[in-house]
Amino acid sequence: MNPWLLLIIPIASAVIIQLGLKRNATASALLSTLSVASTFIIAYLLLGKEHSAAPIEWINVAGLKLEIGLQLDSLSKGMMIVVTAIGMLVHVFSLGYMKNDEAKARYFGCLSLFMFSMTGIVLASNFVMMFIFWELVGLSSYLLIGHWYHKDSAADAAKKAFLTNRIGDFGFMIGILMLWGIMGTVVFADMDGSKFSPLCTCLTGTVVLLIFCGAIGKSAQLPLHVWLPDAMEGPTPVSALIHAATMVAAGVYMMARFYLSVGTELLPAWSSETIAWIGGLTSLFAALMATQQNDIKKILAYSTLSQLGYMIMAVGLVDANAGMFHLYTHAWFKALLFLGSGAVIYACHHEQDIWKMGGLFGKMKITAITFIIGTMALTAVPGTSGFFSKEGILHAAHESNQALFYIAVIVAALTTFYMFRLIFVAFFGNAKNEHAEHAKEVPPVMWIPLALLAVMAFASPFLGKFIPATEGYHPHLGFEMNAVTIASLLAFAIGFIAALTLYKGKTSDPINIPLFRNKFYFDELYAWIIKIFQDALAAIIHFLDAFIINAMIIGGLTRSAVGIGNIFRRYAQSGSISGYAFLMAVGALLVIYFTVFASK
Amino acid sequence: MPTPSLNEYLIISGLLFAIGLGGVIMRRNIIVIFMCLELMLAAASLTLVAFSRFNVTDKGLPDYDGQMLVFFIITVAAAEVAVGLAIIVSLYRARQSIHTDELTSLKG
Repeated sequence: MNPWLLLIIPIASAVIIQLGLKRNATASALLSTLSVASTFIIAYLLLGKEHSAAPIEWINVAGLKLEIGLQLDSLSKGMMIVVTAIGMLVHVFSLGYMKNDEAKARYFGCLSLFMFSMTGIVLASNFVMMFIFWELVGLSSYLLIGHWYHKDSAADAAKKAFLTNRIGDFGFMIGILMLWGIMGTVVFADMDGSKFSPLCTCLTGTVVLLIFCGAIGKSAQLPLHVWLPDAMEGPTPVSALIHAATMVAAGVYMMARFYLSVGTELLPAWSSETIAWIGGLTSLFAALMATQQNDIKKILAYSTLSQLGYMIMAVGLVDANAGMFHLYTHAWFKALLFLGSGAVIYACHHEQDIWKMGGLFGKMKITAITFIIGTMALTAVPGTSGFFSKEGILHAAHESNQALFYIAVIVAALTTFYMFRLIFVAFFGNAKNEHAEHAKEVPPVMWIPLALLAVMAFASPFLGKFIPATEGYHPHLGFEMNAVTIASLLAFAIGFIAALTLYKGKTSDPINIPLFRNKFYFDELYAWIIKIFQDALAAIIHFLDAFIINAMIIGGLTRSAVGIGNIFRRYAQSGSISGYAFLMAVGALLVIYFTVFASK
Repeated sequence: MPTPSLNEYLIISGLLFAIGLGGVIMRRNIIVIFMCLELMLAAASLTLVAFSRFNVTDKGLPDYDGQMLVFFIITVAAAEVAVGLAIIVSLYRARQSIHTDELTSLKG
């Protein structure tokens, strides 16, 4: 079972669709789904066994040696299962959701391209290869967010996502180059953490933080989080796959891979603390913003931001395994929630405002039940997978950093609050809109993936082989009463009761906090900053152009040429005949002198 | 009185030429300019005749090449005068003036 097939199959599917099958939507859909299914089977077969793939030499010039290789350890194999399984379920769901779309072939082609790029990130054996696929994933995200590019908002959102990602990638690239300079190699397996010891901690910390910049961009941490809510302009299955389960998790995966290769002994505390605080603050801000959103997908997007903050916080608390475990469980239940919201949107004829839904529990039992299961997992109800993974992170926070622990607990309470707000408003109460009145259950091609994901929402921690973490990692799968569990249960209770009292049976939002609803005005702030810099730059360039180039250089040259010309004009073009005669005489004398007397 | 040698003749023709050149440059009346032009031609002819007079060459016979050239010069001068006077007449008809410092349309 050649591991290279994991890369070849999706790109072959994308190329075939792009080159041949653009008019045949059903064939493209089937081809793409089959390719993902086969990669899932291959990934499953690769589990547990030792495989190695000989790297392909790409560049080998004097001193510069780069290769394309695959790294197959438990971290990457577990991640492959997540990527391909959720990818497969999303493909199946899309067969139903995108049934009446006009550009189905392009959609499935871009999905195959995304699967290829994500596989590349997961299996990359060196940082440069990972960076290449990192950018490819950004491109696939751009293509998929902008799938309905005729809509201005979708095109703008795609552009915003790509540009914000690029800003993060700038720091990422510098970090990779610095790491390359320190380590002498970019291959993960060859990296040696002890090379950090002769350096001062400020240098090591800077390298770590620069590499983390890539994760800030890709995993949408503060301050580059602004693209993820706008990315909801893409089709819902895309949001499920890319912006919940896989692509945004790439940042966390990259940090885990980095820590695994380099070893965490010599990493300075201040860089890890910065990472943890960025994660903690992201989760707090995102949770606050989510409490006031009215679009079902935006609520889930902010929830993703918040959970990513948790994962990054775990990475910063130097417990990358806890972060990866949460990534793993989160992938399943967040994909479930997004696909469930897709089913709801489909049933309500593409209505996304929760205040225009209501009473869906009676009409869409399967969707509602799976959605509630996903919410239970997200809010860490004991017994669900989310409980075990969140407990791991809270435990890590409790041991290292009390302030972050309190923030994490507050975020857990807020998570419960806004998720149950969503459930009470959208699924219970009376239907507030005629679309919601006539909603009915979605076809099986859409609810079967939901059911499978709901099963995984309970079962995922127990499938040890699937967990992407260091070899032999066993998450703590028991329930005991200690400070962490009590805090988590208390947070759940507070959030649930608050949501129950405030939102059960209501038809409009009783709370109104513009600061949260307008996302803390981050977008306006960025637009203002960009405007100021652009205006300043434009003014400087205008000054250079109008005064220095136009007036001084070009004007100066003109005036000096005219001046020199005037000198000649005064003597040679005086208009007086005697003057001309005089010059002629002088010329004749000079000629006689030079021919007869001077040149011998 | 001693007979003048070649040098004296050359000095005189040089002086004549210089006076003619000065007249062409400095005089304003176009007919006077023309006359000074003729003066320059005459000076050149005088130079040629002087050289012919003082150059006794092969077999004791005088060298008549200079005097032959003077014939041509006189012919050319006559033709040139005819053309030049025609130009002056048409200039007077166009500008009603014979003073050269009033002819400035080439000033630029």
